Amino acid sequence: MSKYALKPDELNKEFEQKKPRILKGEFAGKDWWDLPVEFRDGNWCFPAKPEVLEEIGFPNPRKWAATDADWQLPKDWEKTIREGMKSRLKRFRSFKLFMDTCVRCGACADKCHFFLGTGDPKNMPVLRAELVRSVYRNDFTALAKLLKSFSGSRTLTVEVIKEWHMYFNQCTECRRCSVFCPMGIDTAEITMMVRELLNLIGVNNNWIMAPVANCNRTGNHLGIEPHTFEQNVMSLVDDIEELTGVTVNPTFNRKGAEILFITPSGDLFGDPGVYTMMGYLLLFHHIGLDYTISTYASEGGNFGMFTSNEMMKKLNAKMYHEAKRLGVKWILGGECGHMWRVVHQYMETMNGPADFLKEPVSPITGTKFTNAKSTRMVHIAEFTADLIKHGKLRLDPKRNDHLRTTFHDSCNVARGMGMFEEPRYVLNKVCNVFHEMPENTIREQTFCCGSGSGLNAEEFMDIRMRGGFPRANAVKYVKEKHKVDSLVTICAIDRASLPTLMKYWNPGVSVYGLHELVGNALVMEGEKKRTEDLRENPMAGFGEGDDDE
Amino acid sequence: MKKVLIPFIMVMVLAIIPYAGITFGKLDYLFGVIIPYASVAILLLGFLYKLVDWLRRPVPFRIPTTCGQEKSLDWIKDNPLESPSNPFMAAVRVLSEVLLFRSLFRNTKAELHGGSKLAYGSHKWLWLGGLAFHWSLLIIVIRHARFFFDTLPAPIELIEAFDRFLDVTVPALYITDGIALAAVTFLVVRRIQDEKVRLISLATDYFPLFLIGTIAILGVSMRYVTKVDVMPIKALALGLASFSLDAPSPIGALFYVHLFLVCVLLCYIPFSKLMHMGGIFLSPTRNLPNDSRAKRHVNPWNPDIKFRTYAEYEDDYREKMKKAGIPVEKQ
Repeated sequence: MSKYALKPDELNKEFEQKKPRILKGEFAGKDWWDLPVEFRDGNWCFPAKPEVLEEIGFPNPRKWAATDADWQLPKDWEKTIREGMKSRLKRFRSFKLFMDTCVRCGACADKCHFFLGTGDPKNMPVLRAELVRSVYRNDFTALAKLLKSFSGSRTLTVEVIKEWHMYFNQCTECRRCSVFCPMGIDTAEITMMVRELLNLIGVNNNWIMAPVANCNRTGNHLGIEPHTFEQNVMSLVDDIEELTGVTVNPTFNRKGAEILFITPSGDLFGDPGVYTMMGYLLLFHHIGLDYTISTYASEGGNFGMFTSNEMMKKLNAKMYHEAKRLGVKWILGGECGHMWRVVHQYMETMNGPADFLKEPVSPITGTKFTNAKSTRMVHIAEFTADLIKHGKLRLDPKRNDHLRTTFHDSCNVARGMGMFEEPRYVLNKVCNVFHEMPENTIREQTFCCGSGSGLNAEEFMDIRMRGGFPRANAVKYVKEKHKVDSLVTICAIDRASLPTLMKYWNPGVSVYGLHELVGNALVMEGEKKRTEDLRENPMAGFGEGDDDE
Repeated sequence: MKKVLIPFIMVMVLAIIPYAGITFGKLDYLFGVIIPYASVAILLLGFLYKLVDWLRRPVPFRIPTTCGQEKSLDWIKDNPLESPSNPFMAAVRVLSEVLLFRSLFRNTKAELHGGSKLAYGSHKWLWLGGLAFHWSLLIIVIRHARFFFDTLPAPIELIEAFDRFLDVTVPALYITDGIALAAVTFLVVRRIQDEKVRLISLATDYFPLFLIGTIAILGVSMRYVTKVDVMPIKALALGLASFSLDAPSPIGALFYVHLFLVCVLLCYIPFSKLMHMGGIFLSPTRNLPNDSRAKRHVNPWNPDIKFRTYAEYEDDYREKMKKAGIPVEKQ
């Protein structure tokens, strides 16, 4: 267990003491702006290293920590924040509206996973937004300034900056609150703005900024250079051969391929992401897809999104740039959460038009992906669902009979894209045991893993385990009721963060990518007798002596 | 409690102003003609300014919150309301928010149960109270049109007739009067009683509730208790509607308090959270179709960003790439 988190027993005790309340502590007669902000082990991420900031040209590189009394903010930081706010209010109608129209009805209050796990009132989305609104009212609306205490406005101080840093890094931009808001206020949008503002004065998070710098330099968050990238994939090719007897042949930076495949670099590195990658490779081989993988545009995810609008655009630009250079017809994207928020809602606006690509058509089934006819990038779950629907895959779902599955909707794919059915369709075709978690915890009401939007840092463990509590709680429900032991996701951050969360709250539950299960179930031409899944775990009923045909 | 008391006192002070002005200052013309005209002007100009101020700010990205299946493959059933694929359905989605408070209808209440179990119960009270509050206020406002017309337009007469079909008092009880008072009470009590909502509430949340509550109480007491003579009120209203600018005949201080508080409310709308009545139509998480991969959305200020090109990348890694057998552009 991490030294940055309480033990599950201690946390359970805390919940037991305050039940049925979610709020922690007594607040009678108190105003939220009087509550102190306290940085302690487990509730803040290490700031970006100076050399990282220098590499990408971000302001105020220095050595500091959130627990320092003096954050060494630049001399004119107030002016920077004020002008930054003004410019964003001007450029984003959303930001301005969300500052103006909240009626503080409180519907969002107990919808946030961080509030449910911490009981901290400032984690109620409405209060999170009020942290900014109080400054906005003071600085940008004349009447509110006049009636300061009446309107709940306050002056911008270093304490406010510290509070912003604390609470806008206890928001994973998951948009769950915005589902319930009668005004459609989206805290993710506010968090994006505030994180941009904080970055202007050098208040940041190394777990976000280091991947940003890596991605800019090497093309992927993990900083894998081209030759190593190729080696990583080829070692998976070897693993596949050993397991199945089939040799798959991925190509790199190949001009003239029909399709460019881009997935989060997390799929190339570490358990359990690599198994999902093996699933993709098996699938593409199975259908004889003419595709290539780029070492330059080797990242599906986009940590720029958690930094600034401009950085998001800068990192994303590589996808179209590379697709154009290689002359592919369209782009196929792997399983990832925020990657798909960017691709679906931002990419073509930022870096389009994609007129050098063709409208995506499945070369196997002839299906036109009309919903992607302009951005020209298709989600792998859409692609695979279409293949299965047309009977193009030879699948043996029994090969996943050793797994009892449930499906975790990733926040961004759910609420920033609206893809619910395709992954479920695929999952149900490749495995026999599937149980949904309770309805208030799936689909558009899905809970975040607690570590999204660049908060997956080890030193942030306390908040992560608390933030992931609602998700883990729903998994626990199906674990107890249906003996579910496999949590299937379509997000690389989920694959990185949920194993830790499961180990903490639900030992015995493993985390899988959807296409790992596809890879398990695919009956490949020329394969040897399969007895183990991609993780080299024995399949049920396929062992030595079992008669599987 | 300061944030509850201060707005309450403010409303009381605001109520005393016209009372004193009419009783002691005979300022009927000020409170009956000048202030109503001024406040309507402030409302219209303020509302318009605010709307224009919002509308001139661009919507750089297409960011609907998708609460249902997107339109994708032919055989997958999409949810056209929660994930609209065209502007028409997006408009229907907005209207379902405006007219039915659809998102609020989803409201749940989370509780911790024994054994660290999170439970989510259905919790429609806020939806019901909010809907009752807004709809009854709307009907009450529409009903008041009867003061401004010699002969009432048929739709308004219909609404009025519906509203008083429970013919239990003299004059006939308007159902919406009761609902509005009950709903406003619920909303105030909820703000004070629920510890979460108490913590998030500001004086500016209580102020309009107290103001609207007081206006309603005054209206109700004039109709059912003091049974104010409506003829001079109608004469004043008709005069205002026809811009006659005549001095009103004596009506009574209670009415002027009612009218003045309405004027305060009208002036308050453009400068406060009450602008949510305009803002809800513009919310980009609700009023945009979820079609950004099918149709390009343009950002008018799309910044010119210099990104690291493939050529720069290859220059840095060419030798390593060649060694690994990865094709390169330049040898």
